[in-house]
Amino acid sequence: MSAAREQILARVRRGLKRDEPLTADVVTQLEARTTAHESAVRPALGADLVARFTEKLSAVSGRVIPVPAMVDATDGLLAYLDEFDLPRSAVVSQGGLVDEMVWPEGMAVEWRVAGGSDRLSVTGAFCAVAETGTVVLLSAPESPTSLNFLPDDHIVLLGRSQLLPHLEDVWHKLREEVGDMPRTVNLVTGPSKTADVEQTIQLGAHGPRRFAVILVEQA
Amino acid sequence: MNVKTEAAPQKATPTVGLLVTCLVDVFRPQVGFAAVRLLEDAGCRVAVPETQTCCGQPAFNSGARADAKAIAKQVVETFEGFDYVVGPSGSCISTLRCHYPELLADEAEWRQRAEAFAGRCHELMRFLTDVMGVERVTAQYAARATYHDSCSGLRELGIRHQPRNLLASVQGLALRELEDSDACCGFGGTFCVKYPEISERMVSDKVAGIQAVDAEVLLGGDLGCLLNIGGRLRRLGSPVRVFHAAEVLADMTDGPAIGEPEK
Amino acid sequence: MKVRSAAFKENARAALGDEALQAALAKAKGGFVDKRRIAVEGLPEFDAIRDVAIEIKEHTLSHLDYYLEQYESQVIASGGQVHWARTPKEACEAVVAICRQAGGRRIIKGKSMVGEEIGINEALGAAEFEVMETDLGEYIIQLAEEPPSHIIAPAVHKTRDQISDLFQAHHGKYGLTERVTEVATIVNEARQVLRDIFIAGEIGITGANFLIADTGSNVLVTNEGNGDLTSTLPRVHIVTASIEKVVPTLEDATTILRLLGRSATGQEITSYTTFSTGPRRAEDLDGPEEYHVVLVDNGRSELLATEYRHMLRCIRCGACLNHCPVYGAIGGHAYGWVYPGPMGSVLTPLMVGLTDTVDLPNACTLNGRCRDVCPMRIPLPDMLRAHRERAHAQGIGGGLFGIGLSLWAWLAKRPSLYRLAADRFSAFLGARGRKAGAFRSLPFAGAWTASRDLPAPARVSFARQWRRRQAENK
Repeated sequence: MSAAREQILARVRRGLKRDEPLTADVVTQLEARTTAHESAVRPALGADLVARFTEKLSAVSGRVIPVPAMVDATDGLLAYLDEFDLPRSAVVSQGGLVDEMVWPEGMAVEWRVAGGSDRLSVTGAFCAVAETGTVVLLSAPESPTSLNFLPDDHIVLLGRSQLLPHLEDVWHKLREEVGDMPRTVNLVTGPSKTADVEQTIQLGAHGPRRFAVILVEQA
Repeated sequence: MNVKTEAAPQKATPTVGLLVTCLVDVFRPQVGFAAVRLLEDAGCRVAVPETQTCCGQPAFNSGARADAKAIAKQVVETFEGFDYVVGPSGSCISTLRCHYPELLADEAEWRQRAEAFAGRCHELMRFLTDVMGVERVTAQYAARATYHDSCSGLRELGIRHQPRNLLASVQGLALRELEDSDACCGFGGTFCVKYPEISERMVSDKVAGIQAVDAEVLLGGDLGCLLNIGGRLRRLGSPVRVFHAAEVLADMTDGPAIGEPEK
Repeated sequence: MKVRSAAFKENARAALGDEALQAALAKAKGGFVDKRRIAVEGLPEFDAIRDVAIEIKEHTLSHLDYYLEQYESQVIASGGQVHWARTPKEACEAVVAICRQAGGRRIIKGKSMVGEEIGINEALGAAEFEVMETDLGEYIIQLAEEPPSHIIAPAVHKTRDQISDLFQAHHGKYGLTERVTEVATIVNEARQVLRDIFIAGEIGITGANFLIADTGSNVLVTNEGNGDLTSTLPRVHIVTASIEKVVPTLEDATTILRLLGRSATGQEITSYTTFSTGPRRAEDLDGPEEYHVVLVDNGRSELLATEYRHMLRCIRCGACLNHCPVYGAIGGHAYGWVYPGPMGSVLTPLMVGLTDTVDLPNACTLNGRCRDVCPMRIPLPDMLRAHRERAHAQGIGGGLFGIGLSLWAWLAKRPSLYRLAADRFSAFLGARGRKAGAFRSLPFAGAWTASRDLPAPARVSFARQWRRRQAENK
């Protein structure tokens, strides 16, 4: 191991007035603290998670398109394409609600990494968080991360049942269903923006200019 | 800062050692007399120890720790015998209350004395309101006034509503809030003379705020701030008059305000 | 980055007279202050979360070796590499070595304050790499060849006009010759230019807001998306982060995240909060093939046993800057190094020495607003005072004022002499000042009277009047 590593750790121990390594007892306590995954204070939320999610995401210029069932998502998507004059093509992820999606007629969808000139991506999500209006996306072969950042528009297909109350709930679900961390966990809350010019908020810095969630009530 | 305060006085006539403060002593004795009147009206027996000099804040804030400690011990010895130590200054009292215990923490005997001492030290208006239970005064002063919160009084001693509550009972006084009443005025002890241009910017912002509320009178609880802001107001030719709040509360506004010529 | 803190007074003076800077600062200040206040008021649990966050940080610092080792083993387990650096030089050498090994030349960067601290751009430039900043604020100051003036909003000192000038001067080579003047068109042009740069990037370097010991992840909190593109598109991802960024668990980071956005920009959460762990997995379609973390100490380990330990709680939110009246008057460049405002005035002397930086802790009124708004309740005024104590002990920066203060303290310890001096002083000056009520000028008081009148002392001090009164009452 490097001299730098040894010296830094030695300095830390000296600063903590510890010459001996930690005792087994202490290590056990520290391990217990870690595996307890405790989170002491969660902000109070109302009972209506959909309302909270919608309010928070809308407040940061994200759009929520509620539809009753997956069959209705097609029209929701069409309306969006028309509103923003988007071509009928998208780069998409695989799996989950994307697999159940009935694409509008004539729409070309490709599952691949995004490129610099892609206008629209449509993806699923791992889950979402009502507390902050956040959508959670994991990197995987089915869902490459570039889909979340390169296209101008990003639409997420999200089922009501995927909505969790608090941010901590994401970690719990991840540990339970996925196990180890993937390369990337993106917590996305609205489109890309910057305030670097005269402290004025401008959407569409480097990531998507627009971000929308088609929220499927029955999914 | 959370220094435990003593419970409301059990004695009928508590003894108060008045910490005059060096600025009041030299620049504005009227504030000292106003404090005495207010304290006596509230039922205290006031003494002014002769050997007091300075609270040591200039030494403390400039890093002269040994000097600050020596002065702190002197102050503790001078004032220890009183039920309370009261001064018309948030910054001086915060030095006694919030910093003496830490200053003297490395000497066991002094640490205990300083901690016991600290709990008995109070800024004047907070003492009147929170300890002596004074709710109103019988003063009169017809003017549109505004109030400047000194930083140490506000942030280290929690003084905000106490002066306002007392001033609200002054007949004829219309108190209006500064938009940035809690913005630092730029005095900061030696800061104002070590970094005069930055200080000038800060005090000018404060003056602009006073002008924006169209106040005739500026009040505050710390003479350092008032000398600073008052001095700037005068330099700009402003007619705004500056008093220490204690002077208004004690009905002692007949004389010249801060910076005004003797009549 | 070269330390220019010794020129603080001139820098401050120049800043006060710089109209464009003053306009930019005025625009920024109100925004940050109001937004933070609204966000904090909107979270009733804010103070309770602060308490927990401080506990988390204190616990971590008290076991920092354990958590650093755990963090390292998790990074390795997920396929990444950790490089430890004691000094800026070591850190730069590590980064350069990784880049050489990687075989690329085009480096794209997300914002990293520790990157500024170690001077990584200069080191990479000297090693003949091409470095492009991608955070819009950092991109702007890279074009301007200036250092950042704020730890969250690096180009906060620039007006829109100045940014238009910069783009017009530098974007010709991309075939963009028209002057863009609106916020929307400026941002759009930056998006256009940087898009190609993102895609061509071979090595991506980011900072980290947190390092998670339990999983070996780095956390990046951004709004623009540039940090994510920098972390995802190039073949190699390098994270530069300092050792006190580590927290034990994802939940711990989540707790502190609730304070960070609100304190920095008044946001409950930013557009992108990303947790990156190791390189791409075997079947992933995108993501870096190599993942490196350069862990920087640069004196932090030495702080643990000192009165500056609590500075290691800092989460780099910038709230102290935004609420500091001195920062608000002079901006960040006057401080002369990487970190400005109250936190910079604590850190800079610790990292580069007190001798040339003593103006930083001195140029403070100790008003305490910084401590009030700090999400981690760092006792910044106490630490600045501690710097002053060290300066006093080492005889740095006292000057005439130091002599005056020593004289004052000498008198204050001698009540009879003090009394004599005070009474004489007030009598002398009181007599001279009674007609006007105040002095427009006074020997030795030039710094005061340059911009203020000095109210005249009373002719008879309180002590003398009181003594007389007591004598009369007998």
